[in-house]
Amino acid sequence: MDIGQGLRKRTLELTSIATAIVIWEIVARIIDIKYILPSFTSVVSAFIELVLEGELYRDILTSLNYFVIGIGLAILVGMPIGTLMGWFKSIDRAVDPIIEMIRPIPPLAWITFAIMWFGLTQYAAGFVIFIGAVFPIIINTYTGFKNTPRVLVESGKVLGCVNNIDIIYRIALPFALPSIATGIRVGMGVGWMCVVAAELFAVSKYGLGWKIWFWNDLHHMDLVLTYMLVLGMIALIIDRVFRHIVQEWWLKWQSGVVV
Amino acid sequence: MLSIKNINKTYHSEEGDEVLALSDINLEMKDKEFVCFIGPSGCGKTTMLRIIAGLEKPDSGTITVHGEPIKGPGPDRGMVFQEYSLFPWRTVLKNITFSLEMKKIPKGQREDIARRHLELVGLSKFADSYPHELSGGMKQRVAIARALVNDPKVLLMDEPFGAVDAQTRNRLQQELLKIWERDKKTLLFITHSVDEAVYLADRVVVFTSRPGRIKEIFKIDLPRPRDRTSVDANTCRESLLSSLGAEINNAID
Repeated sequence: MDIGQGLRKRTLELTSIATAIVIWEIVARIIDIKYILPSFTSVVSAFIELVLEGELYRDILTSLNYFVIGIGLAILVGMPIGTLMGWFKSIDRAVDPIIEMIRPIPPLAWITFAIMWFGLTQYAAGFVIFIGAVFPIIINTYTGFKNTPRVLVESGKVLGCVNNIDIIYRIALPFALPSIATGIRVGMGVGWMCVVAAELFAVSKYGLGWKIWFWNDLHHMDLVLTYMLVLGMIALIIDRVFRHIVQEWWLKWQSGVVV
Repeated sequence: MLSIKNINKTYHSEEGDEVLALSDINLEMKDKEFVCFIGPSGCGKTTMLRIIAGLEKPDSGTITVHGEPIKGPGPDRGMVFQEYSLFPWRTVLKNITFSLEMKKIPKGQREDIARRHLELVGLSKFADSYPHELSGGMKQRVAIARALVNDPKVLLMDEPFGAVDAQTRNRLQQELLKIWERDKKTLLFITHSVDEAVYLADRVVVFTSRPGRIKEIFKIDLPRPRDRTSVDANTCRESLLSSLGAEINNAID
């Protein structure tokens, strides 16, 4: 009943998606060259086959592994740097020029060094993702800390919260958290885009990005398109799950359940 | 007793200009006295309050509370700011327990203390609300409770009711007087409103426009509870207004 109602409310959206799929199928059949545009039905059957074979899971897990390494490192490095830059003016002035010089380099340009430094391992792939994700995290953490209203800091001081560590932990960090969460979200978006490129160099026999290149070489464009769509879906799921966790965590934290 | 002696404060702008904000401020406040600072905008009264709070340092002079010189912010002085200053990520109750957490008082005990103070400002029902759910007047009442929970000797208030509407303002003034009469804190209150000063204060300190000096100190000898519309209140307002009026003209010129 509820689901039925929900679907009815989304009639326009569902119609739109269905129409796009129908047009895709018709165009693919008119062109009739599966290298140019595989049909929707061929993509669906390729997808089902991949799921049944169990290969897709291994690909997803492999890519997620690189992703977690890269994002985890980006959070571990980005948050402290952003915090220190946002809070201490001299650190900001010292570190900012270096960051502004490295930041514009596209993450993919680091691939050769990643392989030189880490070999053909998961860490090389993780490193490229790290480069993509770390700057949004630094910048948003920095902004969050920098924008902490003076009156909140002074309220804290008057209420007995006087040393820098306490002020950062109890006042600036909670204030900056929404901004930090935004940074991590943006960073994860950029990081996921780097997955395909990072896997280009056959770090493993599995992985969503690697499989795109692999099937492309064999001209299996239906499989290429399937992997592309899976990449998009996983990104969507990661973003939704993260938003959900942050909101729940944020609210719990606010009402003091976690503290 | 709060004692302010020979306070001077100069601000240095980035262009190297010097602005004398406070010049030779001397004031003795008795315990449990209610004193209002009044003066034209930019006369340094907020700076004076911030120096007492320990948020700024004077260039020269000393301030002592019961003989103890002020070195920085401390639990003997509570402060209520002009802007809304509650921590938005904490509930009303958790805002009030903040200073007790800093003192490492156990959780159950600090919540008991906080609830008592929340009752004092009539907001028990809102213990678990977040600041954004409160009206402006309610926020300032919570801020008052938060400042009182430390049981400070001196309560500093920087135009706390400046941003609330006139009706709420009258109610908040009455509530503040009730709390003050019950707790008998030494209260230092900045205001722009002559009405507010005459209704609340034992003494009103009039500041000159820049540089801030104490121009005159009025003793308001009206019996409490006060009648805002009485003839005596009007006489007080008149003399206060004429003293202040000259300063405001100076500030504008």
